[in-house]
Amino acid sequence: MKKNLKSDATGDFLFEVGCEEIPARLIPKACSELQQILEKYLSASAILAEPLRAFGAPRRLTVMSDAVRLRQSDQEKEILGPPKSIAFDNVGAPTRAAVSFSEKQGIPLAKLKVVTTPRGEFLAAKQTIVGRSAKEILGEILPQALRELPFPRSMYWTGRGGVRFIRPVRWIVALLDGAVVPVEFGGASGTDRSHGHRFLARGPVRISGTKDYTSRLRKAFVLADPAERQRKIEQELRGIAAKRKWRVHEDAGLLELVTNLNEYPTVISGDFAAEFLELPAEILITVMRDHQKYFAVENSHGEIEPHFLAVINLDKDSAGLVRAGHERVLRARLADARFFWEADQKSKLGSYGEKLAHITFESRLGTYGDKTARIRDLARWIAGNWFDSGLRGADVAAADRAAELAKCDLATEMVREFTELQGIVGGLYARAQREEEEIACAIYDHYKPAGTEDSIPRNMTGCAVSIADKLDSLVACFAVGILPTGSSDPFALRRAASGIVQIILELKTPLSLSAAISAAAKALVAHKPKITLAPESESAVLDFILERAKYLLREKQGFAYDEVNAAMAASADDLVDARSRIVALQAIRRTRNFEPLAIAFKRIHKILGKAGKDGVGAKTAAPELFKEVAERNLYHAAEAARARVAEHKRAGQYREALEAIADLRPAVDRFFDEVLVMAEDEAVRKNRLGLLAMLRKEFSTIADFSLMVPDEG
Amino acid sequence: MANKNKPRPSAPKSKGPTFQRLTLDLQQYWSRRGCVLQQPYDVEVGAGTMHPETFFRVLGPNPYRVAYIQPSRRPADGRYGENPNRLYKHTQLQVILKPPPADVQEIYLDSLRSIGIDLRQHDIRFEEDNWESPTLGAWGVGWQVLLDGLEITQFTYFQQSGGMDLDPVSCELTYGIERIAAFLQNVDNVFHLRWSDDLTYGDVRLAEEEQLSTYSFELADAVRTREMFDLCEREAKAILTSRQKSSDSGAKRTKPILAAYDFCLKCSHLFNILDARGAISVTERAALIGRVRSLSCQVAAEYCVINGWRDAEAGKAQRAQAS
Repeated sequence: MKKNLKSDATGDFLFEVGCEEIPARLIPKACSELQQILEKYLSASAILAEPLRAFGAPRRLTVMSDAVRLRQSDQEKEILGPPKSIAFDNVGAPTRAAVSFSEKQGIPLAKLKVVTTPRGEFLAAKQTIVGRSAKEILGEILPQALRELPFPRSMYWTGRGGVRFIRPVRWIVALLDGAVVPVEFGGASGTDRSHGHRFLARGPVRISGTKDYTSRLRKAFVLADPAERQRKIEQELRGIAAKRKWRVHEDAGLLELVTNLNEYPTVISGDFAAEFLELPAEILITVMRDHQKYFAVENSHGEIEPHFLAVINLDKDSAGLVRAGHERVLRARLADARFFWEADQKSKLGSYGEKLAHITFESRLGTYGDKTARIRDLARWIAGNWFDSGLRGADVAAADRAAELAKCDLATEMVREFTELQGIVGGLYARAQREEEEIACAIYDHYKPAGTEDSIPRNMTGCAVSIADKLDSLVACFAVGILPTGSSDPFALRRAASGIVQIILELKTPLSLSAAISAAAKALVAHKPKITLAPESESAVLDFILERAKYLLREKQGFAYDEVNAAMAASADDLVDARSRIVALQAIRRTRNFEPLAIAFKRIHKILGKAGKDGVGAKTAAPELFKEVAERNLYHAAEAARARVAEHKRAGQYREALEAIADLRPAVDRFFDEVLVMAEDEAVRKNRLGLLAMLRKEFSTIADFSLMVPDEG
Repeated sequence: MANKNKPRPSAPKSKGPTFQRLTLDLQQYWSRRGCVLQQPYDVEVGAGTMHPETFFRVLGPNPYRVAYIQPSRRPADGRYGENPNRLYKHTQLQVILKPPPADVQEIYLDSLRSIGIDLRQHDIRFEEDNWESPTLGAWGVGWQVLLDGLEITQFTYFQQSGGMDLDPVSCELTYGIERIAAFLQNVDNVFHLRWSDDLTYGDVRLAEEEQLSTYSFELADAVRTREMFDLCEREAKAILTSRQKSSDSGAKRTKPILAAYDFCLKCSHLFNILDARGAISVTERAALIGRVRSLSCQVAAEYCVINGWRDAEAGKAQRAQAS
């Protein structure tokens, strides 16, 4: 039994870990994880009164709360001693057992009480556990939290035995209710002194608590709150663009990056020579974004303008020195890019194909030359498959040509320098060299979709090559045992599988996954490395893709997990079809008959499972063995529904088919009300089980209803 | 400066220090900070890290501070002296601070102030850049230091070298002297840098760039280069497996692993030439890198054994692992 004895005083809590520059990409995650870890510990110690907030900037991670209890509550605890019958003798005098309990608890016999518990009466002592001070608790928790904070590649700096962190910790601010919490981590101790901007601030910044933390740092040219930094950047980007009649080339990823690269971000503009506009926009943007972290600007027609917007870690650039420096660096970068563009263009894109024989895809899986041969086979197969199912726009010859050229840009200078432009460069070169537009676009797009939010290739040829490339990677990697584990997925197989699913679902063109996997396996035998994919690996690839499909359908398309599971358990080889069945299932699950029917199917599933294969026998019933009206009724209802369901299914009318199945509900209900399945007579029993097995077999081809989870309430 | 319409100044007007002045100033700064001033190593290296003054000194427990200029050869980056930004051989200033002081970043930034860079007027940032040298079995975490978007220094906390965990860690600062000089002199083409008051960088170095590029891209004989690689590797291995006899006076000679390391460096450079020549397939590439790493890791392990930082058995295990 626990009970609070005192009300609690609270105070504000502030914890800032001052660090040498933390990699920008890691800051948001580090903040939220530090917050979670501290939340866990503070809650476990019962001292958290107001929620924690976390901020991060290049040189600091900060967690604060407006109210932390200054002391844990005292707790009263009842400790049970010996049973009353043993603690006292016949005349009610305390025994040796009672005396020794009293001594052990340090409480005089007179103050012990007899309490009644479900197990009988016991002698009991009341002990008060005095709560610890939050200061003391925090002194232990804070370093522990820093030790626990996970980073992808941490370092030590005080020697091998010392702590590890992402970069050396150089100062710590740890304040509770205005007083310093004594903590120590990696050579830094808790104080009330923070540090401002590396170059603009003068001296340390004294902090008194959560109230003045951000304002004092702001005066020292540090915007501690990332939201404030981002606002400043956005305002200034828009401000300069509006003044100069530009449009900022939006880039959310870049915005987040520069927000976390600067403690006091300021936007400046710069120019580059208009002659560089000969380069394609994609290349200009990549040079500016990926190498220099600049925002590109456009005119009102969406064409790149010869200017850029850079975010610098200063309050101003009054002398224009920073601008001049950035312009010089960009000039050199663009000159390089132009050199590559011109040098690459001296040869036809196709001629780089020979060099692919020298670029390894994976040591056991051969070169990109080998991969190209496999992708060509597979792309032809996919386009042919689509063409055969009557899809206009599927072009086998185009798919073959696009697949042949797709990887060629990997051998160009441009892609060797700007790897992130793979595919795009090939597409641009193909276009410049008057390859058909369909093929140029397909090459350009064939790495798409780059994530679950990205679009799929814009034409059928691109889709065919994209699926071929991804499926080949999956099948080949599975063949040699490269499977994604945890966070390690060097060939981005998860993304590849998701990409295949996204393309199929978005195109709404049927493609048998198992047949496609077999085709990919065939290509792996026909071309180097000439490996045979084991049948179990083939089904492992299928399962892997279906897992991603389920994930996408649930998390990105918003279907309920049981709808997805039920429909895909029926069959999933054709994802477009599976999705239509999920849609129908979603529509019908709210109707009157459906849920009870699903419950009935669950029951059927259980009964059949219990009876086992031998117990059930044939998945059919003989009408002459029926004894009850209810079973005969169900049989006829099922026979009638079967025909209707089949007809609707053929027409792709899954909702109507499901409705026809749901109409079985009264017959099923009555069956279970009136008929005892497990009858004494074996023939009758087997016949009834056969009837249920028939129901399950016939009516689980759209969805396995037994996997549906009834709604709460 | 009252006229608002006047074009903004596009560049600092100062002419900046000459290339040689810059190297002297930085060395002077670091000598004042307690560094031993060393000379460039006389075997071809791809980076200042490969100089024995870094490779060996970062091992073991003894504190050390050293600075030196190291011309570094990157055959694949050669452009016959025709590209204004790329060089077969560029100049690094390498500093090792072991162990790094707590204010190591400030000390580094002071070195920039000492060569006349006003840090309040420029955009200086430390951007994540983890460094790794597969041939040296070395890696560390750190940053590239950017000055107005220009990478001027690699700043690394060494965590491992020669396959050995380092304790204490060392801080390695590698300045790209050409880039800093180009910035200070406001020059776009490296060959236009003023090397001394009278001569340009091109006057001093262009012929070397041109000829070494011609050699490594066009003339280097892949078969002979491979043979030289094999020879150097064999020599290094022979040294590593040799048994030292006692001298006439009875004193046992130390195994000359420094000589083995020289041959390891030669292998590394010969590998770079083969690479620039386009004579290495990707799979072979990994294998050759592995062979050089095996040598460097064995040398490092042996060095630790000789100095008593590691017992011979552990050294053997390390060698077995490396090979």
